Amino acid sequence: MTTTTTDHSLIELRGVTQRFTGVTAVADVSLTVRPGQVLCLLGHNGAGKSTLIKILSGVYTPTEGTLSIDGEPVTLGGPRDALDRGIATVHQGAGTVPLMSVARNFFLGAEPTKGRGLLRRFDAATAGRIALEEIRQLGIRRIRDADQLVGTMSGGERQALVIARALHFGARVLILDEPTSALGVREAEIVLQAVESARDRGVAVVLITHQAHHALRVGDHFAVLAHGRLVASFARGEMEAAEVIDLMAGGTVMQELERKQA
Amino acid sequence: MTIDQAAAAPAVPDEQSEPLGRSLIARTARRPEFGALIGAVAVYVFFLVTASGSGFTSVDGTASWLDTAAELGVVATPVALLLIAGEFDLSIGSVVGATSAIVAIGSGTYTMPQWASIPLAIGFGLAVGLVNGLVATRTNLPSFIVTLASSLVVGGGALGLSRALSGSTAVTLAPEPSVQAVFGSKAGQFQVSIVWWLAITVVAWWVLTRTRTGSWIYATGGAPDVARDAGVPTARVKVGLFMATSAGAALVGVLQTIAYSGGDVTRGSSFIFDGVIAAVIGGVLLQGGYGSTVGVLLGTATYGIVSIGIFYTGWNTDYAQLFLGALLLVAVMANNYFRKLALSGR
Ligand SMILES: Nc1ncnc2c1ncn2[C@@H]1O[C@H](COP(=O)(O)OP(=O)(O)O)[C@@H](O)[C@H]1O
Ligand SMILES: [Mg+2]
Repeated sequence: MTTTTTDHSLIELRGVTQRFTGVTAVADVSLTVRPGQVLCLLGHNGAGKSTLIKILSGVYTPTEGTLSIDGEPVTLGGPRDALDRGIATVHQGAGTVPLMSVARNFFLGAEPTKGRGLLRRFDAATAGRIALEEIRQLGIRRIRDADQLVGTMSGGERQALVIARALHFGARVLILDEPTSALGVREAEIVLQAVESARDRGVAVVLITHQAHHALRVGDHFAVLAHGRLVASFARGEMEAAEVIDLMAGGTVMQELERKQA
Repeated sequence: MTIDQAAAAPAVPDEQSEPLGRSLIARTARRPEFGALIGAVAVYVFFLVTASGSGFTSVDGTASWLDTAAELGVVATPVALLLIAGEFDLSIGSVVGATSAIVAIGSGTYTMPQWASIPLAIGFGLAVGLVNGLVATRTNLPSFIVTLASSLVVGGGALGLSRALSGSTAVTLAPEPSVQAVFGSKAGQFQVSIVWWLAITVVAWWVLTRTRTGSWIYATGGAPDVARDAGVPTARVKVGLFMATSAGAALVGVLQTIAYSGGDVTRGSSFIFDGVIAAVIGGVLLQGGYGSTVGVLLGTATYGIVSIGIFYTGWNTDYAQLFLGALLLVAVMANNYFRKLALSGR
C-alpha cells in the first residue's frame, strides 16, 4: 500500500503553545500535516492531544505560535471557518442519528432539494445514490439500501459514513479523535480501511489513537506528546514496531523521553 | 441481533438481495406505524364483536367515531411532530379554551365580524406557541415545565377575562353561513373537521417524509448534538413546532365553537393528554426521534373507535379511559420493541 507522498505541507504548526489558566496544555509544538499522509498523534491521557486538534480545527486560537494553511499564516475564526477551509473533525462517538435513514444522515444539514416554493422537497433519490456511492468508496459494501436506518449499521460502518460525509463535502484534512476506541477488531478494521481510502485520495489525516497496532497499521508519521511537548516525531520505518508499541504502552522508551523532558 | 452477527452474516455477494416478498413483509413490520395498524384493527374488531347489532358499524356510528377522532387529530398531529422533535406541549388545552372564548366573546358578546375573530384566535395560538418555543429553547428548561406554566397563565387569564367581559365562562354564538360552511358544516353526521384532520395529516406527512425540515425534526429529537453539529437550526425547528401545536389547538377551539354554536373557556383540558395518547398509540416514541404521520392517524382513529365504541356496547363510558390506559401501556412497550426491531437489521 504505497502512498502519494508530497513534501508540500497542508497545515503547518510553528512553536504553538496553548495555555489555560494555570495549565499549559500544549507547549511549543511544531508539526506538519501533509496531503496523502496519515499523521498519528500519540501520548498518554492529558498529554495535550485533544487540545492540539482543537487548535487545528479552529476551536482554540493558540496563545503563541503560528498556524499556516497552504503556506499562509492564518487565524481560524472557529470550527465553521476551519470546515470552510476543508478541515473536518470527527469527534469521538460518530455523529449519526440512529433512527434516521442512511441518505438523510449523510446529507443532514446540507440536504439536496428539488422543486420550488411549497413543492420544494428533499431529493431522496440523488441523496441516496450519492450516499451509497460515497460509503462504497470507503469499502462499505454491505449497505445497499439508502432508506435503511443508520442504527442498523455497525459502529465501524457508522464511523465510515461520517468520514465519507466529510470527504464528500470537500474535506482536505480529516481529523479523527480516537475513532476506533470503542470498537471491536472487525469494526476497527472497517474504520482503518476508510482512513486508508481517504489517504489514497490525497486527504491529509490526523489520527489520535491509543492502540499501537492501529497506529502502526496506517501511520505515515508519528508525533508523540508528553506534558504538552512534542517529545518524538518520526516517519514510518524510522522506529522499530516494538519500540513504538513500547512507547505507546508507556514502557522504557516513553519513560526515557519523559525524563529528558522533565 | 449483535453487531458481530450483523457483520458476519453478509458474506453474500454484492448484488444479491432478499426475495421481494420476505423483504416487503420484513420492511412493513419495521415501519413505525405497524404497531398502530395492529392496534387500530384490533380495537375495531373488538367493538365489531362486543357492540354487534348496536349500530357501531353503521354510517352514523362510523361518522361518530371519525368526528371524535378528527377533533383530536387536528391537534394530535402537530403534537406528534413536536414529540418527535423531543418536546412536550401542555398548554394546548388552555389554548383550545382561550381561542374558543376569543371567537365566542369577540363575535357573540361583542360585534366583531366572525372572519376577524377567527384569525385573531389563530394568531393568538401562534403567539402562545412562539412564546413557548422561545422560552423553552432560550432557557433550556424542560418544555414540560415551560408549557405547564403557560397553560396556567393562558387558562387563568382566559377564565378571568371571560367572566369580566361576558359575565360567564360559556357564551353562545350564531355562526355566519360562510363561517359555518368552512368550520361547522356536515354531510350527514360527518363533520367538516374530518376534512381539516385529513388535510393537516397530509401536510404533516409531506413535511416529515418529503422535506429537509422532516430530517431536521427527526434529528432534533433523535440526536440533538449531532443535529446541531451538522448545522440544523434545532431551536428554529422547535419554535416552529410549538407554533404548530398551538395553532392546531386554536383551530380546535374555532371548530368546536362553530360546531356547537358557542364557546367555553373551560373546554379543552382533555386535549392535553389525549394528544400525547393518540401520538404514542400511533407509534411515536416518547423519547423523541421516531414516529410517523400515518401512525398518528391510526392512533387517533383508535382513540375515536374506543371512545365511541364503548358507548355503543352500552357499558359505562367510564371504561373508555380504562381501555385507553391499557392501550397506552401496551403501545409504549410495543414501541420500544418495534424500535429495537427497526434497529436490528434489514
Ligand atoms: N479548556 C481547558 N481548560 C483548562 N485546562 C484544560 C482545558 N482543556 C484541556 N485542559 C488541560 O490540558 C491538558 C491536556 O488535555 P487534553 O488536550 O485533553 O489531553 P489528551 O487529549 O491528550 O488526553 C490536561 O491537563 C487538561 O486538564
Ligand atoms: Mg483526549
